[in-house]
Amino acid sequence: MIGSLPSRYRIGIDPVRCMECGRCIENCSYGVFSRDGDRIQVNSRNCTACHRCIACCPRDAISLEEHPCDYRSHPLWTREAREAIYNQARTGKIILAGMGNALDYPVIFDRLVLDACQVTNPSLDPLREPIELTTHLGKRPARLDLRRREGGDIELRTRLTPNLRIETPVMIGHMSYGAISLNAQVAMARAAKKTGTFMGTGEGGLHAALHPYQDRMIVQVASGRFGVNIDYLERGAAIEIKIGQGAKPGIGGHLPGEKVCADISRTRMIPEGSDAISPAPHHDIYSIEDLAQLVRGLKEATEWKKPVFVKIAAVHNVAAIAAGIARSPADAVVVDGFRGGTGAAPTVFRDHVGIPIEAAIASVDKKLRDQGIRNEISVIASGGIRGSADVAKAIALGADAVYIGTAALAAMGCRVCGNCYRGLCPWGIATQRPDLVARLDPDEGSEQVANLIRAWTLELAELLGAAGINSIESLRGNRDRLRGYMLDEGLMQVLDVKPVGA
Amino acid sequence: MCGIIGVMDRSRRTMDGSGIRQALSMMNERGSGEGAGYAAYGIYPDYRDCYALHVFFDNVRENKPLLDSTLAQWGTIEHDEAIPTYGRPNLRAVHTPWRYFFKPDPSLALAGSTTPEDDIVSALVMQVNAARRGALIFSSGKDLGVFKAGGWPEDVADFYRIEDYEGYIWLAHNRYPTNTPGWWGGAHPFNLLGWSVVHNGEITSYGTNRRYIESYGYTCTMYTDTEVVAYLVDLLVRRHGLDVDIAVRALAPPYWEEIDRMPDAEREWNGALRLAYAPAMMNGPFAIVAANRDMMVGFTDRGKLRPMVVGECGDRLYISSEEAAIRAMEPRVESIRMPAACEPVIGRVVA
Repeated sequence: MIGSLPSRYRIGIDPVRCMECGRCIENCSYGVFSRDGDRIQVNSRNCTACHRCIACCPRDAISLEEHPCDYRSHPLWTREAREAIYNQARTGKIILAGMGNALDYPVIFDRLVLDACQVTNPSLDPLREPIELTTHLGKRPARLDLRRREGGDIELRTRLTPNLRIETPVMIGHMSYGAISLNAQVAMARAAKKTGTFMGTGEGGLHAALHPYQDRMIVQVASGRFGVNIDYLERGAAIEIKIGQGAKPGIGGHLPGEKVCADISRTRMIPEGSDAISPAPHHDIYSIEDLAQLVRGLKEATEWKKPVFVKIAAVHNVAAIAAGIARSPADAVVVDGFRGGTGAAPTVFRDHVGIPIEAAIASVDKKLRDQGIRNEISVIASGGIRGSADVAKAIALGADAVYIGTAALAAMGCRVCGNCYRGLCPWGIATQRPDLVARLDPDEGSEQVANLIRAWTLELAELLGAAGINSIESLRGNRDRLRGYMLDEGLMQVLDVKPVGA
Repeated sequence: MCGIIGVMDRSRRTMDGSGIRQALSMMNERGSGEGAGYAAYGIYPDYRDCYALHVFFDNVRENKPLLDSTLAQWGTIEHDEAIPTYGRPNLRAVHTPWRYFFKPDPSLALAGSTTPEDDIVSALVMQVNAARRGALIFSSGKDLGVFKAGGWPEDVADFYRIEDYEGYIWLAHNRYPTNTPGWWGGAHPFNLLGWSVVHNGEITSYGTNRRYIESYGYTCTMYTDTEVVAYLVDLLVRRHGLDVDIAVRALAPPYWEEIDRMPDAEREWNGALRLAYAPAMMNGPFAIVAANRDMMVGFTDRGKLRPMVVGECGDRLYISSEEAAIRAMEPRVESIRMPAACEPVIGRVVA
């Protein structure tokens, strides 16, 4: 007999402060609180540390702490290891998790420091001098054919393919309608429009409510092909083929049938109540040639007017794959590191498969340079970008721009509790339950996400100015502006950075 | 810091090196005695058709045979000799400067090469310098030569007896290294084939520029940001065939805001230039003077964070960090102006 496991969190209610208004009961979708006569009862076992009750309590009466572990302490057989075994011994099932990798790997970003100017090359003041963060994503020619006409005018003879122009190198990554609520999507789409950036639709199709923002949307084609038709492709500003995802490299996706309500059914073009399964592979892609064919097919379908991106998860041979993608007509390669978020993934994949985005971007950048084609394709980094410093470091390691996911959700209130897969998100984000979805005001949410992007953009301008650089292009791949702090020599070689002091 | 000066005579009348020595010395406040150098065009009329390879040997006896055999594999050494030098009390000779007059065999270039001789010499320079076998080729153009060393401008000039050379374009540089070591290879001018470059400032985009240029087969070996400028100019002008004023626009482009305001056709090519050559764009404070056998060009960074003064007198065009340096060389200078940021100043030889 295994018996019940100890609860993870402990909720306390200060009886002096509590006025028994019941807001905690209304707000907790996990059933932690209930009323017992004139008292509020707490069932800490149900708590996910989503903080909704704390945020909504008018009297600050609620406290939350991690429950001290009562297992015998052991360096190898941690609480998580043991509880996973107990759960699997009981159920015989794969354990699911939401959000990104929850293991304690060292964060490489935190062991890289940025540079600043002193005296000999002046730092720039973004308040008084232009600092350009405008970024273009897409294919570029290696060289230009410019001819001078009689009279001196210059004629551009090289035909450029369409690029996406963003006013900040921060974009919002793909989170599908299904994984997150429509209100959350609308909030982020409005934020993308306000800040001059783009947002991914995820593989959930493009809901009619997003049509007003379609010129800021990147539509996704995943293996399930949900919601994909010519109208969908034509509405997006760009198209992204999803091969892999950082949180679950090598596996597909699954939206349970019970979540497929009428609205999602229409948007994804699947029967109501049926499971939406994206297989691990695209069943028409078993080689780089097949991928190139799909890229070409999508371009052909949209008359070569839209950039096509390809997203892959960061894995050990990511550089060679990216080089293959670069040699197809694809315009950008998106590399999603192993800290990328997800609505639901087997915990074993989320926590153990893939590599960190920092190393992946550096090795992709190196491979593309070795082949002399780095400048012909854009590289987008995603998976665990937490702030403007991470953005700057990712760009210095070779990215053109980044996608954020969890950070955008956090801007709307998400507390990264990691229970997205249960569909009970009390913040109205990772849920389809109408009463919970209604909690997220798209206007307010969009302002918060837009504020976040604006704040990071301002910080990026300051970081660039401090480094004496007035254009983001000159930070891209600029390893001289980075130094490794307490990184081992092998990793510094992969990242191509010098140690601090050198 | 650093002081630069360039002078060209549009009608190819030559000047000896005494004037530029004096002009460069005028800017000693801009130097620290850790490097100075001169580039002169038109100085080897007897070997006009040969590539003049200027080499620093760490040890002639040990390092030269290897270079001789490498060169012999790729062409013919018409003549070679030690570059005449004259001991100076303040200048410690850590390398032996040597010069080869070399004719590559164009049949050995890669198929499809449009400039086979240049391609062979450029590849040789990269190969020899990257091998670090005690030989550094620091000048490789026809009928031109770079003379540089660690020391003050006067000492370097006297070490090579610069006044004995007659050239129609001269570049000179007084170095104040703040980011990288002061050593002979790190002194300016930097040269590759016909292009020589002197630079006052720091290129904060060096990491980006370096990774870009290295993906085209160039190897940066001289520990100095200016080295990439010479290679970038070679790539854009010689290999990609851009006009020099367009190449300057790729290296120091207008802001997107300005591009957005341009008329359609102009906006189109300026935007394309920024997209295609984003990693070649140079950031940070700089004033640069570059020259090849037919022209001299000067330009600054987009914020004009380093000074650049242009003077003219008859057929002569002067570009310098300081007006005083120009006046030291040409007291009767007829016009002095300070170009706007990024505005290229181009002088072409007409004769």
